[in-house]
Amino acid sequence: MRSTRSALLAAAALAALVGTAGCGSSTPARSGGATSASDSAGVHGTVTVLAAASLTEAFGTLASQFEAAHPGATVKLSFGASSALAQQIIAGAPADVFASAATKNMQQVITAGGASSSSNFVANVMEIAVPPKNPAHVGQLSDLARPGVKVALCQAQVPCGATARAVFDKAGMKVTPVTEEADVKSTLSKVETGEVDAGVVYVTDVRSAGSKVTGVPIPASVNASTEYPIATLSKAANAAGAQAFVAYVLSPAGRAVLAADGFEKP
Amino acid sequence: MLLAVPAAVGFAFLLLPLLALLIRAPWRGLGELLSGSAGLTALRLSLECATAATVLSVLFGVPLAWLLARVRLPGIGLLRAVVLLPLVLPPVVGGLALLLALGRNGVFGRFGYSAFGYSLPFTTAGVVVAETFVAMPFLVITVEGAIRSADRELEEAAATLGASRFRTFSRVTLPLIMPSLLAGAVLCWARALGEFGATITFAGNFPGTTQTMPLAVYNALESDPQPAVALSLVLLLVAVVVLAALRDRWLRPGSAL
Repeated sequence: MRSTRSALLAAAALAALVGTAGCGSSTPARSGGATSASDSAGVHGTVTVLAAASLTEAFGTLASQFEAAHPGATVKLSFGASSALAQQIIAGAPADVFASAATKNMQQVITAGGASSSSNFVANVMEIAVPPKNPAHVGQLSDLARPGVKVALCQAQVPCGATARAVFDKAGMKVTPVTEEADVKSTLSKVETGEVDAGVVYVTDVRSAGSKVTGVPIPASVNASTEYPIATLSKAANAAGAQAFVAYVLSPAGRAVLAADGFEKP
Repeated sequence: MLLAVPAAVGFAFLLLPLLALLIRAPWRGLGELLSGSAGLTALRLSLECATAATVLSVLFGVPLAWLLARVRLPGIGLLRAVVLLPLVLPPVVGGLALLLALGRNGVFGRFGYSAFGYSLPFTTAGVVVAETFVAMPFLVITVEGAIRSADRELEEAAATLGASRFRTFSRVTLPLIMPSLLAGAVLCWARALGEFGATITFAGNFPGTTQTMPLAVYNALESDPQPAVALSLVLLLVAVVVLAALRDRWLRPGSAL
């Protein structure tokens, strides 16, 4: 009798032990990133994101969604030409995430030790933007080479400027702009104010400008595309926040926002 | 002795960035970096535009200064405030205002555009206009101060001797204020040479037409800092030469700045 009772007690104790051990090891599965409550405890503070100017609207939306999912986290966005941002990071500007409009600028940062690796998250192609009244009657790509047509381009070292020039090379055209702007949004605003007859910007910029500009599409046969890489920076002050933000951008929810703005798959 | 410490700090603050520029300058490859056409083109354009802007500032600024100094009208204080506004206005804001006024669709610019098909943005003339806008107030304020402190008795003496107003101005007043006029012109020229925000906003940025030295440095910084440092050295050298050339006039006792 005694041995059976102690055997039963031992068995019960063992079962209880196994049971509690089993409970402790399981964790809730992580969803796309926007809704899991368990990781919000780890993501807090400010996440500083340096992003290409063309990502202004999309990243604004993504940042709001990220902050809503992670109370206690604030996303500070700074937009500019990827070439300028890359130089700033190399010079030591404090930031957690870098999203570039071209792999070339990300490579500069990686070579300088600012980041270890990156992931391409979207691609973008070019489009001609003209003021709504289209004063120079620009209807196709070849119109940009017409004498007297004032064209605004981005500077050659800026991704949108390099890609625009790639389009001209493919089409075998020589276009002399009247001004070379520092980033794609400056080029767009020159078109919006009507100071130039046309500007070569991304399709996403034409879309985001809405009724302020009219888009003249570039045929796919001569159009050029650029890949956008994103990376957490080596010297990030908020590494956890940086990784969470990058994960969100790469998640299905993040990709949906970018696709809705007109970005293509990488 | 107590003043020496903040004075030394102030001096060091101004000196150290210039020293850093000299220390980090690519002295050995300097000739190569500068002989690239972009740098010299930008330099020539900068010098031409700054000089043109100074000439315009003198032509319009001296009469304006005389008006502000001598004419007693109600509201002259308001006029002076407007003239001084570009001094305090951020240059980019000045450029934007010029664009809204004189651009192709600008409040005033659109008349010129519809009549002649000509608009100032993206032209070298546009650069000169932008530089004049930001630099003229320096000249006006310097010359106004000089005219105010000029001895009126000398002018009155000329008048009693039968000199016309123009003759009095050209033979008496102008020589009296000449040191201040020159100092004001130098300030104006230096300000015009260094103008960035208004130029890039109003005139745009294109090598040979509107890309002045500051814009060229900004451009170069994004692709390769070395040419940018070389160009900066050139600007520094020009500044030193100009200041040295007018050293005597600058520091002559009695020259009202």
